[in-house]
Parts: sequence; C-alpha cells; structure tokens
Amino acid sequence: MRTIVFAVVAALVALPALADEPTIKLKPGPSLDKVEANCGACHSLVYIQMNSPFLNAAGWNAEVTKMIKAFGAPISDGDAKDIAAYLAANYGT
Amino acid sequence: MLTRRSVLGAAGAGLALAGSGWPRFSESRAAGAPVTPGVPAGIADAATMETLPGKKPLIRLAYRPPNYESPLDYFRTPITPNDEFFIRYHLSDIPDVDVATYKIAVGGDGANGQTELTLDDLKKLPAYEVVAVNQCSGNRRGLSNPHVAGVEWGFGAMGCARWKGARLKDVLAIVGLKPEAIEIAFNGADGPAFDKTPDFIKSIPVWRAVDESTLVAYEMNGAPLPHLNGFPARLIVPGWTGTYWMKHLISITALTKPQGGFWMNPAYRIPVGMFPVVARFVTQENATSTPITEIVVNSLITSHADGAKVKPGNNTVGGLAWDGGYGITGVAASTDGGKTWSAATLGEDFGRYAFRPWSFAFRAKPGKNTVMVSATNKIGQTQTATLLFNPAGYHNNVMQNITLNAA
Repeated sequence: MRTIVFAVVAALVALPALADEPTIKLKPGPSLDKVEANCGACHSLVYIQMNSPFLNAAGWNAEVTKMIKAFGAPISDGDAKDIAAYLAANYGT
Repeated sequence: MLTRRSVLGAAGAGLALAGSGWPRFSESRAAGAPVTPGVPAGIADAATMETLPGKKPLIRLAYRPPNYESPLDYFRTPITPNDEFFIRYHLSDIPDVDVATYKIAVGGDGANGQTELTLDDLKKLPAYEVVAVNQCSGNRRGLSNPHVAGVEWGFGAMGCARWKGARLKDVLAIVGLKPEAIEIAFNGADGPAFDKTPDFIKSIPVWRAVDESTLVAYEMNGAPLPHLNGFPARLIVPGWTGTYWMKHLISITALTKPQGGFWMNPAYRIPVGMFPVVARFVTQENATSTPITEIVVNSLITSHADGAKVKPGNNTVGGLAWDGGYGITGVAASTDGGKTWSAATLGEDFGRYAFRPWSFAFRAKPGKNTVMVSATNKIGQTQTATLLFNPAGYHNNVMQNITLNAA
C-alpha cells in the first residue's frame, strides 16, 4: 500500500526526481553491490561517507542493526553481516 | 516575545554590522562546500554546494532524505531569509501538498471532540507573530569529539525567522482538552520510503502546547512557508529544538498516555542531569534519559571564519547569540584565550526567542590573534568551556576561540 502511495507522490515531489540524485561512488570492495542495493533503497549513500572514518567494526555493526531493528530494513542476516564487514573495511577506523 | 507589529523593515539597527567592516567569508574548501572545520573527513570531502528550488546555494550533506545546512555567511543578519534557511528531513517521501485538499485532523483520546481544519480555517483564527530560532537538535553534531553517528552538521542547521500563524491553544480550544490529557502529538505529510520504517511523529507536553508562543504557522518572514521548510503549515515551538517543529502538519492529537515510537525514544534523548535545562518533559522521562527540550545558550562568530585574514589594527568581529527563550543579556569576548573578558555590544533585540546580534571591536596585532566569545542569558546560564559529550551529539555550546591572522 505504502509502495503505491510512494509511486504516486514520487511524481509530485518538489525535489528533483530521484533519477537526478547525485551519483555517490563508494569504494570498490566485496559486497559493494549489497550495500548499494540495500542501503541505497531508503537513503543516499552519502550517509556512509558522512559517518566516516570514525566508526569501528562494532560501530558499523550497530548502525546496520539499527537500520534493521529500528527502521525495518528488510535485510537478511547474511547480507547484514556482509554489509557491516564492507563498511568496517572501507569506512571504518 | 510575541508581537503583532510588522518590523522587518526596521531591521536596520541589527544589520549595522553588515557594512564594509564585514569581510567576505573565505571558503575553507575551495573545491567543495565551506564546511565547518572539525567535521568528519568523510563529509568534508563529500559535501557540495547545491541550489534547490526556491533556495540559494546550501551545503548539501545529503540529498535523500534532504539535509542541507546554511553556510556561515548566511548568518550575518539576525533574521535568516527564507531562501537561505536550512533543510532537515528524517524520511525521504516528501509529497507536494495541495492547499485545496489540505487538512489538519485535530482530536485524540485526550480531546472532547474532533475536527478538520483547512488552511483557510487556520487563517480565520487570531494571527500572532513570533521571531524565533529554529535550531536542529543535532546542530554541531559533526564537531563532537569523539565523533558520533548521525547527520554531521557543522554550524548551519539553524535559522531565525518571523513566524506567523494561529496559537496552538486556540486550535486545541476548538475541540477542547480533557483534564487527563498529558501530551499533544503531531504528524506531518512526509513519510518513510519503506513501509516498515516508523513515521516521524513527535509530541510535546500539554503545558508547552498551550503556551502562548506555540504556533501553527503558515507564514515565514511575511511569505508562505517554503515547501522544504514545511508548507503549508508547521508547528513553531519557540525555545525548543527543531525536532518538535513538525513540518507539513496534518494531525494534532491530544493524548492521555505518553506518545511512543522510535522518534520519542530512543531518538532525541539526552542523559538525565547532564545539561542545565529548566523545561522538562516529565511524562517521557526515565531513570537515565529524557527528551531534549529547550535550546542551550549559545553564540556564533559569523563575521570571520576560523583562520581568516585581517588587517593589523582596528577590526570588528560580530555574530549572533541565542538561547531557549530566557533572553540574551550579554556576550563577553576575550583576546587572550579567556584570561580577561570585555563586553561585546549587543544589537537589536527581536525578542527573547530570536538571534541577538553582537559586535566586538579589537585591535589586531601583526601575526596571530585569537577571539573567544561566550553568551550569557537572563537566568545566568553561560556556554561551556569543554564539550559535554553525549551519544547523540546534542547541545554543543562550547565557546568558540577563533584565530585571525593579521598581515
């Protein structure tokens, strides 16, 4: 239901359309595709760059967990582990 | 201070500093945006200046959801123009709002009745104006040491405008509050991109809701609210941080039980007892954390960026001071790292919730000079010398001490 609503309002948003979103190039590495697909579904990937490089592996794991538990991101346990590992390796301390 | 007068044209006294004595802000990063020194390296590299519809260029921290802050040189006037005002969203589904069908639902189990208000209905209620600072709770989060996760704001997640609208107490009087009502909750038309993400819903205590300064505003600086600042109507809670200033307001709900949800707890919380705030939100408080409420006393040097070049001899440094609505009574300045202090000159008073401009004349010696400032409010609160670290990076009012190089 919400998806349908979103599709309708997407045509009306005053911000430039999603297609105009600035391209964020994250560092290449294992599981980058999972990061782009999962994290990028709800927010700009710049949020990853913005929160770097000061989180350690536990800190990035807590962020991924927050996205799943608090924000309802539908990410499998396996993908969550891979995403947290990518973030710690490329955007961690 | 509430007033019905229209004084935008009388802003001259407060703008006296904007003359030739104010050098152009020198961008700290020529290639990107003039981010505040000290923010995480990742955002210092990624931030850019971007112009959104109806806005002047703002520092883009993020596009989706949109979070854009105002550069330092937009704070050289005590009133922030609408097109220079910062933008802050939690969720990225931001619908356009059609005024012809726009309604605010008013009711809840703490109300005697329910109704729907159109924008015209709202405008038929007595109109009030207040000049008030809207500051994001997380303003200066990027300067936390150590850094903490979140939107890494520098100095610019704030602005001060003249807001016009109906008093929330008059809106609530239409339905009538039950004696057992404890909180008033608010929702806006914006929502999450994904249906499992909690919608952004906030509440305030009833005592704060019926305060005469709390408005449902439909005008900002004499014009309709810009879309990205909450068109067509938003909540104004003068003195309290921006988290309560619900944009695109679509519901006002009187509650007999505390509002739940992620955005009330664990989000927007400060450790109990850490900050000298007077206004408490007791129905949401627990043993360790309490909702952020009023803005702590603070100031910002806006005439010069840290490290700016000046000429030896007479110089004037200026900026803004503000607090949670008690009113700024003084700004002290020091050129010796805080050993001795002199009073800065305060500019025009737009009311106790507004930015208070100030200026400080000093003689720069050739080479390195420092200027440190600290504001004081009417109840004797001052800024802190060192950061009161908290996990969300709120309430950073550490005194600035900038370096000016005279040559």
